Amino acid sequence: MSNANREAPPSAGRAGIKRELPEHFRDYRHVWVFIELERGEVHPVSFELLGEGRKLADKLGIQLAGIVLGPPGEATQHAVAEAFAYGADLVYLVEAPLLADYRNEPFTKAMTDLVNTHKPEILLLGATTLGRDLAGSVATTLLTGLTADCTELDVDVDGSLAATRPTFGGSLLCTIYTLNYRPQMATVRPRVMAMPPRTAKPVGRVVRHKLSMTEEEIITKVLGFNLDRQSAKANLAYADIVVAGGLGLGSAENLQLVKNLARAIGAEYGCSRPLVQKGWMPADRQVGQTGKTIRPKLYIAAGISGAIQHRVGVEGADLIVAINTDPNAPIFEFAHLGIVTDAIRFLPALTEAFTRRLSPHSHDKLAS
Amino acid sequence: MHIVICIKQVPDSAQIRVHPVTNTIMRQGVPTIINPYDLFALEEALRLRGAHGGEVTVLTMGPPMAEDALRKALTYGADRAVLLTDRCFAGSDTLATSFALSRAIVRIGETFGAPDIVFAGKQTIDGDTAQVGPGIAKRLGLLQFTYVAKIDSIDVDAREITVKRRSEGGTQMLKSRLPCLITMLEGTNEIRRGSLDDAMRAARSQIVKWSAAEAGIEDFNKCGLRGSPTVVKRVFAPTTRAEKATQIDMTDKTQHDLADELIASIFTRQPALEHELAFDGGQ
Repeated sequence: MSNANREAPPSAGRAGIKRELPEHFRDYRHVWVFIELERGEVHPVSFELLGEGRKLADKLGIQLAGIVLGPPGEATQHAVAEAFAYGADLVYLVEAPLLADYRNEPFTKAMTDLVNTHKPEILLLGATTLGRDLAGSVATTLLTGLTADCTELDVDVDGSLAATRPTFGGSLLCTIYTLNYRPQMATVRPRVMAMPPRTAKPVGRVVRHKLSMTEEEIITKVLGFNLDRQSAKANLAYADIVVAGGLGLGSAENLQLVKNLARAIGAEYGCSRPLVQKGWMPADRQVGQTGKTIRPKLYIAAGISGAIQHRVGVEGADLIVAINTDPNAPIFEFAHLGIVTDAIRFLPALTEAFTRRLSPHSHDKLAS
Repeated sequence: MHIVICIKQVPDSAQIRVHPVTNTIMRQGVPTIINPYDLFALEEALRLRGAHGGEVTVLTMGPPMAEDALRKALTYGADRAVLLTDRCFAGSDTLATSFALSRAIVRIGETFGAPDIVFAGKQTIDGDTAQVGPGIAKRLGLLQFTYVAKIDSIDVDAREITVKRRSEGGTQMLKSRLPCLITMLEGTNEIRRGSLDDAMRAARSQIVKWSAAEAGIEDFNKCGLRGSPTVVKRVFAPTTRAEKATQIDMTDKTQHDLADELIASIFTRQPALEHELAFDGGQ
């Protein structure tokens, strides 16, 4: 449980050269996925990560473990059961009243103790506000590598984790390795990975670990928690249909056209990055790799040119419709359906056409 | 109260272009700015100074040209700027960066007084990792509050602080102790316009420049590439989809015709959608 070994100076080396893994890291095995349980609910990104973790574990011929940190009770037991249902072979469980609310101190302690005791090769966390807060602290405590916001995880020929992420604001991708340290840590944003199927798998082996910390040792106290109002909560990442607007809309007022279409077809609305930077829409509505990654059944992009970081964030959509005045806009390279026209004129027509088609009185027309 | 704020000079991402043939970033002529997320932290630091008195020290690690970002921060009203610059920092990942910055903050404490709060932006726009703030906190043994939407109160004498922190489904209200590290959420305030006095002072100010050794770093193996557990093996442009979008023919059509045609194409490709929309949509 000591960090003493980790302080050993690394052998000097240059990028791209595979070095020998130090002796004390050789018994690090298995893939771990942090099951993010907050206020009784498991964040779906945890299941998406179990899906990826399963693939990595199978390639390496090792086990997949879910890490559940939570207060004693039903919600925590449910999280354990769900971890198995989404593919975990075993679960490491730290159950303690101190873990009722997320606080950096006890969660970092619980996670680093678990790692130092049970030694995983790979540790994956969701890139949520909780996951990023925790991952940064854990990686620094363990003095190991952490790659944020990965869009692809794979195993190299020599068994190293190849973590690919966008770089330079999403203009390029890079593949990052943690060669001489363990665990190899990575975070992934919600919706970047596909949701794996849920199976009716029984609860398997649960390894319990005690949290060696008391409430007195934790300086930070939780005074309260304000749940977001449902109406204010943009559930962009998990929406089935998304309509988003870009600079082509010309003004903040014209975003109303996007909202109108979204309302007519029961969609969530969003925007591209420049609009957030202009202050036309709040940041939690930003669609793209640097905002929300989406995987809807239908995505309608109005007046969005389609920068790479936007593309990386929407590529998982089943059907992408692009409306843009510029026939050479990059968005037409990855959209499925395109219309070269002015979104400001076209959106009202589209809203009206959808409304007509979907109204209950239009059945005769549908049948014809 | 002494507040240290860590900033980063970043390329203005809106103006980054990738070379179409070589797939490398074309850096020439791309203007640099203070990482926009850092400005929310800087403004918060200046507000706290206004309410509680004290000093604001701005710190950055980077090449000599990062001095421009520090001078800009001084024009907003920061009292002092420290540039940590040394060739040995080249190639630092987030772990090595947090090591170097934490050493510099210790040295700032020894030289100008121990900080009560260390601020950082939520993340940078070029790296987007959000890891350096927590890294600094851990290395300095500071309490850590990321994604802070509001600092409700600070009692400097009692060493107490209460903050509202963004979580996935709501807002946490936390009470804790100084010193601590805070990363500010975007949109929580608006950076002030610096005064003319500040602008003149910024132009005249001596920026404190420290090499690794001057910042008190003894173990260079913890800096730069050597101190970075992660290694970038490959940089590449994402592969494009083989087919381009099917364009709806515009010839001789009104916007309404186009809309009907688009909807027909959508439902041809995704037949299940029409059924779902008829029930869920149209409220």
